[in-house]
Amino acid sequence: MDLLIFQAPILMVQALMDGILLGILFALIAYGMALQWGVMNIINIAQGELVILGGYIAYTMYLMGIHPAFGVIVSPIIMFFIGWILYKLVICRVVDRDLFISILATFGISILTQQLMNFVFGADVVVAQSNFGTTMLFDGSVTLPNSKIFSAFVSIIFAIGLVMYMKKSKLGRAIRATAQNARAAKILGVDTEKVYAATFGINAALCGVAGALISITFTLHPYVGLPYTVRSFMIVIIAGLGNLPGVALSGMGLGVFEEFADYILGTEFRIGSVFLLLVLILVYRRFKLSRKREYLK
Amino acid sequence: MKKNIILYSALLVFGLVAPFLFPAFKLQISFMWILVILALTWDVQGGQMGYNSFGNILFFGIGMYVCAGVQIGMFFPLAEWTASGGEKTFIHTPPQYFQGFFIGLILAGIVPAVVAATIGYGILGLRGHYFAICTLGLGIAAGEIAGGIELIGAGQGMTTPPWPKGIGDTELRSEFFYYLCFVLMVATFVFLRWAYQTRFGLVLNAIRDNEDKAEAMGIHTMRYKIIGWVVSAFFVGIAGGLMGNMVGYIEPTEIAFAGATYGVFMVLMAILGGKGTLWGPVIGAIIFHIFKEGFWIFFLGWQYVALGMLIVIIVVFFPEGIMGWLREKYPEKFGEVIDEADRKAQVELK
Amino acid sequence: MKKIVKFALVLLSTLGLILGTTTTSFSKVEGDTIILGAAVSLTGKYSTNGKHTQNGYNLAVKRINEMGGVKVGGKTYKFDIIYYDDESNSGRAAQLAERLIKQDGVKYMLGPYSSGLTKAIAPITEENKIPMVEANGASRSLFTKGYKYLFAVLSPANQYLEVAIDLAVEKNGGKGVKIAMAFEQDAFSQDVRLGVIDAAKRTGSTIIIDDKLPKELNDMAATLAKVKATNPDVLTVSGHSKGALTAIRQISEMQVDIPMLAMTHCDASKLAKQHGKKAEYALCAAQWHKSLSYKDKYFGNGMKYDKDFNAEYGYTPPYQAAESSAALLVWKDAFERANSTDTEKVRDALAKTDMQTFYGNIKFGSGGQNTAKPMVLFQVICDGDKCENKVVAPTKWASAKLVHPVPKWSER
Repeated sequence: MDLLIFQAPILMVQALMDGILLGILFALIAYGMALQWGVMNIINIAQGELVILGGYIAYTMYLMGIHPAFGVIVSPIIMFFIGWILYKLVICRVVDRDLFISILATFGISILTQQLMNFVFGADVVVAQSNFGTTMLFDGSVTLPNSKIFSAFVSIIFAIGLVMYMKKSKLGRAIRATAQNARAAKILGVDTEKVYAATFGINAALCGVAGALISITFTLHPYVGLPYTVRSFMIVIIAGLGNLPGVALSGMGLGVFEEFADYILGTEFRIGSVFLLLVLILVYRRFKLSRKREYLK
Repeated sequence: MKKNIILYSALLVFGLVAPFLFPAFKLQISFMWILVILALTWDVQGGQMGYNSFGNILFFGIGMYVCAGVQIGMFFPLAEWTASGGEKTFIHTPPQYFQGFFIGLILAGIVPAVVAATIGYGILGLRGHYFAICTLGLGIAAGEIAGGIELIGAGQGMTTPPWPKGIGDTELRSEFFYYLCFVLMVATFVFLRWAYQTRFGLVLNAIRDNEDKAEAMGIHTMRYKIIGWVVSAFFVGIAGGLMGNMVGYIEPTEIAFAGATYGVFMVLMAILGGKGTLWGPVIGAIIFHIFKEGFWIFFLGWQYVALGMLIVIIVVFFPEGIMGWLREKYPEKFGEVIDEADRKAQVELK
Repeated sequence: MKKIVKFALVLLSTLGLILGTTTTSFSKVEGDTIILGAAVSLTGKYSTNGKHTQNGYNLAVKRINEMGGVKVGGKTYKFDIIYYDDESNSGRAAQLAERLIKQDGVKYMLGPYSSGLTKAIAPITEENKIPMVEANGASRSLFTKGYKYLFAVLSPANQYLEVAIDLAVEKNGGKGVKIAMAFEQDAFSQDVRLGVIDAAKRTGSTIIIDDKLPKELNDMAATLAKVKATNPDVLTVSGHSKGALTAIRQISEMQVDIPMLAMTHCDASKLAKQHGKKAEYALCAAQWHKSLSYKDKYFGNGMKYDKDFNAEYGYTPPYQAAESSAALLVWKDAFERANSTDTEKVRDALAKTDMQTFYGNIKFGSGGQNTAKPMVLFQVICDGDKCENKVVAPTKWASAKLVHPVPKWSER
């Protein structure tokens, strides 16, 4: 147990800010996950790989001389199409089935994507430079890289944009209708196939944005997609399905929890403690519900 | 009945003489038997009970560490063995090695079983995908946490005691492990075959078909769920102990709590073969292993692509697995034929 | 049940068929080729360095074969290598070692990339009495087990950053310094850490931060915040390529001022190229650098090796590639001195190796480690936007003067 954080309370501010900024980014990825889970009943294990793929698109732009921040525009567009194609090729066959089947199918896709990225982009760990500088607070004791602040901003903008799109646009309403009751929506004339494809495409696009942001804040490598997948579905589970504002809060909560766990328990227990938290929350919920003789659906 | 006996004895004989027929493949086939055990035990939860567990690998890892820990800890200070830098190496005498090994194996079965019984009440109360993800979380958390515990080597891993000098050569060692794996596999199979024919099997299937109805009928589902998990944990734990010794080196996230590989493979194998049947996981495991090894030889560099495609194909086109496909085609061979639609209507509350 | 019988029989015969046809038994020597086996990481988290390793092996095989091959018992042999992909997974590596030895009949092994994977394979080669010359497993624990069939051409891991600590103490007038450490959780990094701890004890320095780097997510902000708060004299970081890149990125973002930053894997991660001026002044531990003046008759000296590697593969060879090439040179030398392909004789010849290669001097101690080659330390020095690695320690090989203490971020 490392109590340095309590001895130097300013570190708590740092941890909090880092956690929130990180959490907002995760929440964006979780948002996409929640969307397709709610609408199509699919858990996408390849989510992290889609994120990394989006990151590679931004990195390629960086190599071509374009500032990677523009990746947050270009990447989602390309990724939307990739998502659409993936849907038509594989996902459409597992949509109506068991959720569990979707887990395995997307696991297969994640393996394939990793290998293809390895083949196309090479096995080097790469970074894209944003040169955004740093914001110093509290006399330099708390430093916030501007790239992380930028990420948070972009994530929030996209999240709000998405919520408004869902509310106002025709496709958005179609998606929400399909999520509520696919059969009824079909009867009322909604092209559910198109809705599903669009939803998956939107998810891929969100991953693309997140990936572009990650290329300037972290590192890219074909095989580092799993942490993002894992955190995104943890956030969705903690928030509870269908609870979209909850996703944002859970995301930030998770980010902060991780940072604090890192300081106090040590980095080696960081991801382990996050998982334990998940297990504990689920078990706690199960006991609470069992009092009412119900169970988690 | 006669046909069954012929079949079983044929397979038994094959298993017994395989090391001599294919001497170069002893360890390969041993791994295959371990995979069969993983698939069979997963099926107790996934296929027979309808609880898709991604965390059975937890027991595999616990068994592995317990066995190794006991093997070493019985005679030497464990902390010094695993101390990074490994300045000291202790040598086991043959009696020490075998004593430690067998006691280690027994504990490798018991400890995970106890763990399953303890956490079962909480975890098995979850349903559907929550159960799946919770167990996934358990498996991964265990791996990461094991990577932080110094006593068992932390991130550097731990080596298991080497084969004692003077007792034969590596061929003998391979044969020794081969027979242990084979015996364990047969024991698991026989035990499960018996278990499925008792009330236990019926209850598991009832839970799968409709848990609420089963509860309403007065069955203590939780009791049976826990028993099922305990049984799986026991066999998987021993398999873990064996695996740790065969490989010779235990790494927390890649060998012991290998969630991303064996943890998912056990699910795939059972589905490939047909979950919910007795032979399904066995066939699935064997075919999966052959395919995987085949890919590594013939598709070097692309093996994962091939594996990924295989997974997608299995899952999308063959979700019922091979046994399921056989069952569809020749339902008479599997027992009494009931109208599927009829049965489904009776069983589902929707 | 009849169907099951039929099915099972079909299955078993297919099994037999496949197993039979895939018993590709390469004997140790086939015709005029000596075959070595290697499991390398072509996929997975070590794929970058696995590729460097494979390229190093291949370049050496090509060069040796071109220059007259290996002369044993009056006959000339060429080298060839069977590769398998261990997927950066230790369980897999162990399985593949078994396969190479048992199924493919390989009698001479080359090591994988990383200490963890070498640790997984070593018990197997040792038990089967197959000599292995490895070039990328530096963990000290490999050399304390009394392995007789393991030979490592690289300097052990614990030496990596010891040089840096010694240097820091020297600049501090011989007094102990305050050290902050951030290491990843794998066999290699943990060994480097032990080396730093030993050096600290030796020099009377104190360790004020002892953190582990996250294995997966690339964020060490917490550690760096602690560093800012406690002002150590040296920060040591080891986390393979990912760790090096993350460290530089976040240190520059968070404007952390440390008098000395010492890391590993700077060149494997192409740090100077990727981060440019941000990486300036970072000290890097290296097994080898092209400016060192070692030489041999196959590759000439380091500069020539660098040129040839560049011509063949299109990029500057990191030390991982260089040491892999050196492994083949050791094998050739051993075969010729033993004048036999018998494994025991070759093993004995390996144990008596005492040679100089473009990579460095090689002489094996009792546990298999190379006792004749010191680690070097280089510093990233930038001229405008172009950044290069310059050797600064040990002073015998230095081509530039160490910049210490590192100028603050506000002054850069």
